[in-house]
Formats: sequence, structure tokens, C-alpha cells
Amino acid sequence: MGDILSIIAKRLGLGLITLLVISIIIFFAVELLPGDIAQAVLGQGATEDNLAALRAELGLDRAAPVRYFEWLGNAVTGDFGNSLVSKTSVTEAISARFGNTLFLATYAAVIAVPVAILLGVLVALFRNSVFDRVANVVTLTSISSPEFFLGYILILFLAVKTGMFPAIAKIDDDMTLFDKLNRTFLPALTMVLVVVAHMMRMTRASIINLLSSPYVEMARLKGVPAWKVIVKHTLPNAWAPVINVVALNLAYLITGVVLVEVVAVTKRDFPVVQACCLIFAATFILLNLAADVGSILTNPRLRHPK
Amino acid sequence: MSQDKSVLLKIKNLRIEGYSDEKWIEIVHGVDLTLHRGEVMGLIGESGAGKSTIGLAAMGFTRDGCRISEGSSIEFDGMELTTTPASDLQSLRGARIAYVAQSAAASFNPAHKLIDQHTEAPVQYRIKKRLESQEDAMELYERLRLPNPREIGFRYPHQVSGGQLQRAMTAMAMACRPDLIIFDEPTTALDVTTQIEVLSAIRDIVDQFNTAAIYITHDLAVVAQMADVIKVLLKGDEVEEADTRTMLENPKDDYTKSLWAVRDFKRDQKPRPTEGLPLISVKNVDASYGDTPVLHDVSFDIFEGMTVAVVGESGSGKSTTARCITGLLPPTSGEVLFKGQPLPPDYRNRTKDQLRQAQMIYQMADTALNPKVKICDIIGRPAQFYSGLHGPELKSRVDELLDLIELDPSQYYNRYPPELSGGQKQRIGIARSLAADPTFIICDEVTSALDQLVAEGILRLLDKLQNELNLSYMFITHDLATVRSIADEVVVMQYGKVVEQGPKDEMFKPPHHEYTDLLLSSVPEMDPDWLTTLLEERGVDDIGEAARASKQED
Repeated sequence: MGDILSIIAKRLGLGLITLLVISIIIFFAVELLPGDIAQAVLGQGATEDNLAALRAELGLDRAAPVRYFEWLGNAVTGDFGNSLVSKTSVTEAISARFGNTLFLATYAAVIAVPVAILLGVLVALFRNSVFDRVANVVTLTSISSPEFFLGYILILFLAVKTGMFPAIAKIDDDMTLFDKLNRTFLPALTMVLVVVAHMMRMTRASIINLLSSPYVEMARLKGVPAWKVIVKHTLPNAWAPVINVVALNLAYLITGVVLVEVVAVTKRDFPVVQACCLIFAATFILLNLAADVGSILTNPRLRHPK
Repeated sequence: MSQDKSVLLKIKNLRIEGYSDEKWIEIVHGVDLTLHRGEVMGLIGESGAGKSTIGLAAMGFTRDGCRISEGSSIEFDGMELTTTPASDLQSLRGARIAYVAQSAAASFNPAHKLIDQHTEAPVQYRIKKRLESQEDAMELYERLRLPNPREIGFRYPHQVSGGQLQRAMTAMAMACRPDLIIFDEPTTALDVTTQIEVLSAIRDIVDQFNTAAIYITHDLAVVAQMADVIKVLLKGDEVEEADTRTMLENPKDDYTKSLWAVRDFKRDQKPRPTEGLPLISVKNVDASYGDTPVLHDVSFDIFEGMTVAVVGESGSGKSTTARCITGLLPPTSGEVLFKGQPLPPDYRNRTKDQLRQAQMIYQMADTALNPKVKICDIIGRPAQFYSGLHGPELKSRVDELLDLIELDPSQYYNRYPPELSGGQKQRIGIARSLAADPTFIICDEVTSALDQLVAEGILRLLDKLQNELNLSYMFITHDLATVRSIADEVVVMQYGKVVEQGPKDEMFKPPHHEYTDLLLSSVPEMDPDWLTTLLEERGVDDIGEAARASKQED
């Protein structure tokens, strides 16, 4: 076990370094954009005098590395500065939205991951049957359609025509968990439909990939029933690629849902852009780290060294 | 003890088809086979003879893309397997017919402990309870002489050595006390010394439980030890069948005779040249992988035009020595001299000419050739790289090389490796090494993946090339029969050290180093009594005898 802990510690350290590098890229990428913040904020009303005044106020007259370390130091403590547009704290603005995003992403993931893996096992078991084909067509159709289109279709059938779920998914803190889940069911379902196909197909592919291995033939020749061959003899060896795809899709759920960043970029609200980028980068790194650790833990050679 | 000798398996007119190029092609053409209880039948033949296919068919099983044709009959203990429903076949395989695969390392599931895989079938078919079956597994492990029999089952496959895994798999096959076991080349992947242990274990356990067996192999000497009856197959047809002694002493068919004759190839031993420096001289080489030392003070010389065989079990450091010579693994101390001049330890620091001099041929021609590259490019690339040939010159050089390896250039020039047979691929591997125009070639187990007849062809070719081009070979092998046929000098390695070296004729004559003796005496001979005699000589008590005695006490 000591080996695994040290592997995890190493990965964690590498993850932190990656994050640091990304923070540098984010900060200086923003610096590279034409014009500066002061110009962007003042727009057409910019004169030499008030530009200089605003630059001084925002601290833009100092050297970039100095500002980088200041920004990084504050970011580590959770302070991302103030929005240039609304003048309010970026951390506050993001945390509320990020909380909602996390809620929705978790909701979707809790449904999508088990469903995808179960479906993947089933289509592997009944491979090349009608069931396999139908499952493939349905999930591929849903992954190929844009989210907003899927959303409208679901609203049309599940909200407007049958009235089973509310069409508007606004939630607040006073609601009970059940209410929240009910309100956000349609957006969650949209996300589920978008991510299930990828994970299901990877589960199917990595199981089928192993079906021609000698130990699977051995299991069959020992008289092990077909479902047990899949669940007991291939699935435990098929985890690594599946886990990686799951992590990728979870990251997509968290970072792909939000549209705020588009708005922020067009308005040149740099503190918001930087904060979002950093949070998303951290999410990606964390999830990939989790996937790495997961792959290691499912590998018996690493779990039980000689 | 009187044992039931009634007919257990009766195969009649077995025809099997395989699907390829969008049509069904017959690969087994009407084979008959009768096996009695407690009898061991050896199936021998080259690859492609249909041995494994027939073995699996005896379990009512065909691999994906194969099917048993109409009119075939496989009768197991009164049951017609070709018409038995799948679910019944499944339980039959679990309980009454078992299979032992060639590579136990690949056939045990890496995710589960040995004993859990052992108990799977008995528990599934309610033959034993889990704990009962575990207890039985430990008993079988003990009979099969596995170390720590009560504990070894709780390890994962990668924590156990290859020979031990093969014995654990034999134990697993016995888990339900089947009537029939199919052994599919169970010792082909093992060293001679390990092979003995597995062979004697299999023989005793089969004998003891009166289990019938089909023993599939391409090694005649092995089948001579194991089988009561031998059936020779060629391209899906039966050549002949007879009891083991008759077959060995008096083979009828020409094909069988040619199989028997394979071991006759032997060329005379050449003496060392009286003057001049050795071509390659390995001097006091130590090497390690990371912190693990693997070679200790290895020294030997290879003279021009000679073949030096390096023998030893797997893990003895043979291939590592080759890696040191080629510069892939720089030694931690010591040096490699070429015609008296030290070679830079790392291949990256060697000149093109130094690199050209030493080439390699690999064990698995399948994986050593890029399947997507044409033969002419595989061979042409080194010719271009080392000799700077282009256009028509390059083409004539490739043609010349193909002629050398006895493949018709007009036929093979534009083909791809997957279209060739195993022996032809190995010939391409040889041509590729010759393309550099080397003086020294390292042959790393070049014949061990090949059938005996094909392997012999390769050995003859290497010998011919050596005479024509005055090449020196370092021949890495664990097969002493190969050594006997082509080596001039022999270096025996164990645990990364050279334990003995000298001219071949001396090496094969006693007195030997203890380890050389063990290796030599472990090579199976065609004499059917060889294994029994050997075990008696080594003072190994008969496992079957001991087990029977313990059974009577119960």
C-alpha cells in the first residue's frame, strides 16, 4: 500500500505544478489581449488622463510579474478581486453559480455514470443483437444533438405536453432537496443524455476488447455462464479506460454547462475570466488525478506488488 | 488396482470450418478419434495441423469464426455434443471436461486470486462448497509440489512464477475431478528444468485419478513421455495413429518419419582460429536494471566465423548480455571489445560502422516486423541506411538478400508480413539483419516460436549463411537440442553469471558443472521411459504413489 500512497502523493504534487503553470498561462494570456483593461472599461470615453488614473487605481501601472504574484496570492486565499463590470466580488458571484453548476453536474453524474456502465455491460453481453444496435442508435443520436435542442425536446414532451416536470429550473436555498431535484430534473436529464453515450461505448469497447483474451476463453471452458464472464472476468480488467472517460465526462459536466464565461470575455471582465479559467483547470486536473488513482487502484499488479 | 477402461470419447468424421475472406473453409477434414477412460492420447503436428481445434471440439467448443460441420459426431460418455444445448455443454465443461492452456500466465485472470479461480467451477455447479473446494485446492497444490501449498492459492497470478502457474492450472483442471482433460501445449512456454516438474506432476495426477487426457504438443520427446497413444496430424488430416512405442520405433508414414528425423541435423564443430583477436570479447561485464543487478562479471569471447550458444533458464541474463553487447543497456562496469577495440558502452555513441557490425534477429518474428510495411522496405531500409544504396542498386541488393534467404524476390518483394508464414517471417528477420552487411549477429531464441520442421530449416539457413558470409553468431537459446546441432562453443549462464563455458563437444561430455548437468539431463529424449528413469535417478519419490498411500489411510 505504501507504494500506492507515494504514487498518489507524486501525482498530487505534479497536479499542483500543472495548476501553477496553467495559472501563469491564464494570467499572461489575458495580458496579451490587445489593449488593456482600462481601455476596455472606459471605451469611447477614454482620454489620456482618465486612462492613467484608472490604471493607477487598478494597479495596472506596475510590472506584470508583480501583479501576477499578487493575483495568485489572493486567489489561493479565495479572493479573485472585483468584477470590472459589476464592481462586486468575483468570488461571491462565481461561488453561487459554481455551486449551482456543481449541484446540477452531480445530479446528472449520479444518474449517468451507473446507467452508462450498466448499459455498457448489457450491450457487451448482448453484443450485435437488436438491443445493442438500438442502444447505440439512441445514445449516439442524443450525443449528436446540441444540448439546447435536446433541452427543448424534453421540455416539449415532459413539461408542456405531459406536465410531469417543471420547465423552469430556478432553484433557491429555501427549497427542500426533493423540490430542487424535481425542478432541475429536465436540465439534469439533458446532461445525462449528452454524456451517457461516450461512457457506455467505452465500457462496451473495453469489455469486448478483452473477450478474445486467453483468460476469458479459459473462463468459458470452465463452464462459467456468459453474464459472469462479463461481470467477473472482464469488467474488473476493463476499468482503467472506463474511469478515464468517466472523469472526462464529469469534467465536461462541470465546465461545459456554464455560459457565463462567454459573456465575461466579450465584456473584457478579466478577473471573472481568470477566476473561471483557474477553477475549470483545477477541476480538470483534480478529476484526471482521480481517474489516474482509480486506474491504479483497479490494477491488481499495482495493488498487490510481488 | 483394476480401473475402468471403457470408451469415454468417440469422435467420428469430425469436420470443422473456419470463416475467412467471406467464405467457410474446411480446416479439419474428417478426423476420427477414440479415447478410453484413463488413457492419454498425444496429438502432434505442426501449427495449422488442427490440433487445438480438435482438442477444443472434444469439449463441444469452437473458437469464434469456426463451426463444426454437419455430419460430424462427438460422443462423450454417450452424449452427442454436436446436438447438446449450449447450457448443458456449459455445465459439462465446468464439471466433466477440463482444459489446460498453453500459457497459464495469460489464462489466469489477473484480477482474481488463484484459489478463487480454482473454486469457481466447483461452486458454480454445486460439486463442492467454497471452503471444501479451497481445502481440495490446497491438497492438489501439495500433490503438484507447489511451494507453500496452503498459502500460494491466495496470491494473484502475477505474484507466482510461470512453472508454478502451469501447475496451479493443472490443479484447477482437476477441481471437479473431470473425466477428461485437454492439455494444449502446457509446457511449450517453460524452461526445460521447469518442464520436467510440470510433466511429472501432470503424469502423476492423471494416473492417480484415472483421468483420460488429450495431450496436444509439437514436441515429440514430450509426447513420448506423456501419451499411451499418439496420433499424428497434418493440415487437418490424420496421418497415422499407433501406441507410443510402436510409433516411435516404427513410424509408417513418410511425414512421421520426417518429423522423427528433425533432430538429426548436426554440423561439425569448428575449432577456434589459432591466431588473431576475438571478434567480440565480453570482459567482466556487470549490468543492472535500475538498482537490481542482473549480470555479474560476465566474460566470454566470440571468434570470427563461429557460433557461440548462450544457454540458461529464463532470467539467467542471456538477453541482458545481448543488450550490453549491442549497447542498448550500458554495463555498469566491464567492457565489450570489437576486434580488440573497446566499443562505446552506449549505442548512441557508436559510429555507424560499429553499429553495422552487430545485428539482431528476434524471437517473435510476428512482433519484430512492422505489419504495415512491405517486405522490400523492411529489408531495404537498413541497406539504405548503412550502405547508402538507392534506386536500382537498392532493388538489386534487396533481391540478392531475398535470394540468400531462399525466398523468390519476384513473389515476395511487394508483400506484407501478415501474408507470410511464421518461418518465412523469421527469414525476413534474417534478411533484415543481413542487409546491414554485419560480421556478427545475435540470434535471440530465433527458433523457439517455430515448429520443429520449420525451425530446422531456419537453422540450416543460418548455417549456410555463416559459411557463405563468414558470419559469427551469438545464439541465445534455452533449447539444448538446437545447441547440439549448430553451436561451436557453449556458454552456460545462471543467475546472471557464467557458470561454465567451452567447446560444444566437451560441454556435452561429463563431467559437467552441476547446473549444466541439470540443464542437459532435463532435455526430453524420445525414449518413452526417459522421464521415469530420470525421476528415479534424481531420487524424486513417485508423487502418485505417495498420494495413493495417503488416500488409503483416509
